[in-house]
Amino acid sequence: MSALLSVSRLSVAYGGIQAVRDLSLEVAPGEMVCLIGANGAGKTTTLKALSGLIAPQSGSVQLDGQPLAGLPAHAIARRGMTLVPEGRGVFPRMTVAENLLMGAYSRSDRAGIAGDLDQVYGLLPRLTERRAQMAGLLSGGEQQMLALGRAMMARPRLLLLDEPSMGLAPLMVQAVFDIIRQIAASGVAVLLIEQNAHLALKTCARGYVLETGSITLSGPATELAATPAVRHAYLGEGS
Amino acid sequence: MDIFLQQLINGLVLGSVYALVALGYTMVYGILELINFAHGEITMMGAMVSLAVIGALALAAPGLPGGVILLAGLAVAIPVCMALGMLIERVAYRPLRNAPRLAPLITAIGVSIILQNIAMLIWGKQYIPFPPILPQGHHEILGATISDTQIAILALAVLIMAALILVVQKSRLGRAMRATAQSRQVASLMGVDVNRVIASTFIIGSALAAIAGVMVSAYYGLAHYYMGFLLGLKAFSAAVLGGIGNLGGAMLGGLLLGLIESFGAGYIGDLTGGFLGSHYQDVFAFFVLIAVLVFRPSGLLGARVVERA
Repeated sequence: MSALLSVSRLSVAYGGIQAVRDLSLEVAPGEMVCLIGANGAGKTTTLKALSGLIAPQSGSVQLDGQPLAGLPAHAIARRGMTLVPEGRGVFPRMTVAENLLMGAYSRSDRAGIAGDLDQVYGLLPRLTERRAQMAGLLSGGEQQMLALGRAMMARPRLLLLDEPSMGLAPLMVQAVFDIIRQIAASGVAVLLIEQNAHLALKTCARGYVLETGSITLSGPATELAATPAVRHAYLGEGS
Repeated sequence: MDIFLQQLINGLVLGSVYALVALGYTMVYGILELINFAHGEITMMGAMVSLAVIGALALAAPGLPGGVILLAGLAVAIPVCMALGMLIERVAYRPLRNAPRLAPLITAIGVSIILQNIAMLIWGKQYIPFPPILPQGHHEILGATISDTQIAILALAVLIMAALILVVQKSRLGRAMRATAQSRQVASLMGVDVNRVIASTFIIGSALAAIAGVMVSAYYGLAHYYMGFLLGLKAFSAAVLGGIGNLGGAMLGGLLLGLIESFGAGYIGDLTGGFLGSHYQDVFAFFVLIAVLVFRPSGLLGARVVERA
């Protein structure tokens, strides 16, 4: 199967530091892939470079065979790759409904947008009750759900998720990951970044391990989870 | 009582013009946290350009109705100011988007000096009179007088502000503007071309400034290359009074400032036993600015919704 997202030898310098070096990875259509690694390994930088928030130094990024590297973020978003940023990034002084509409900003099919809005509210009933509330007043978990719902409003082919579990209570993490699995089940490919390697490997089919800016291991999630190095370093188990 | 009502009318008319200019400051500040000190000069350019057109038309075709001549002036001044606003953003502010805050402030002052000098070169240093093309009708209400010009200014200002609120609150561009103001980065992830939205903000603000410039010159009957300085400073004070970055605040601040000035000028003579006269009118805006900055720096409506991480 040809890859939906194909990253080849991506290098990113960020604030004078070589944050990502020669990174290559692929995501197939509809696939769930995770990128795990310690704090500061370059995970967020990778996603920012993929989505156009920072310009890569070198390397190529292709979505469906179309080159993306060097395009501004809004142009990349319009091609069907949506980033849910670290810390969720909801618009705090806009209502829940307006946040969701912002997700559909690049679309002009009114009927389709209205249909997707109903679908998102169906998937996220907690948001339905709060659609007229300012997003800044939602709890962290609700904001994460809103950020996911908003991303869905763009009808992406690939969703980039940056630490969706961050700062959430365990029950809320479960709820958020249930939603992520439902989104993936609808055919959207997911590239997930997580510090919680256990959860990430349990959720995804395949994974990559990022260490100080380079990929050191990759493979099916179950194999990665069984690798002594991963178990020791990321799953908190003794070797 | 008749003085009170008269000052109320004058204050509302003046205030609605301040509000239009203040909106330009506050919209740009809301989205870029930049004080566009050249905005007053855009207002001046609106007045000068429209007066040039109006003056020429009044000479060339004296038979034309005043309203048509005025509209022609507006029809030229608005696009000129829109283009000017867009150009200023592109040349003086965008290259400094990630520079320290002081840098665009300095280019803003530079641009306003440039615009003043351009206007001086084109139109000279003298006051340019507004030709008597408008109907000079007056109406008596409870002993106070309101002119047709005043009614037209008030009505147009209210109409424009209502339209602006509608655009910002309900339209796709308005949502994109608010989203960009809250997080440029996240807005771009939604597919918003942030540079375009910022340019649109300058364009809309400049259109309002052009209209306000025409109103001021019609109201006072003259225009001058330096008029943008004081007008801009007052409108900026009005925006700070209302809470800079807040659209409703700019409208409220503009109206309040107009009322304060008008009542201040009307009563200062009585209150000081004739020691100070109504020519101290211009001082009040700055009293207000200082008082707001000391006692309520966030402005009247500047308090923000609690933001949770």
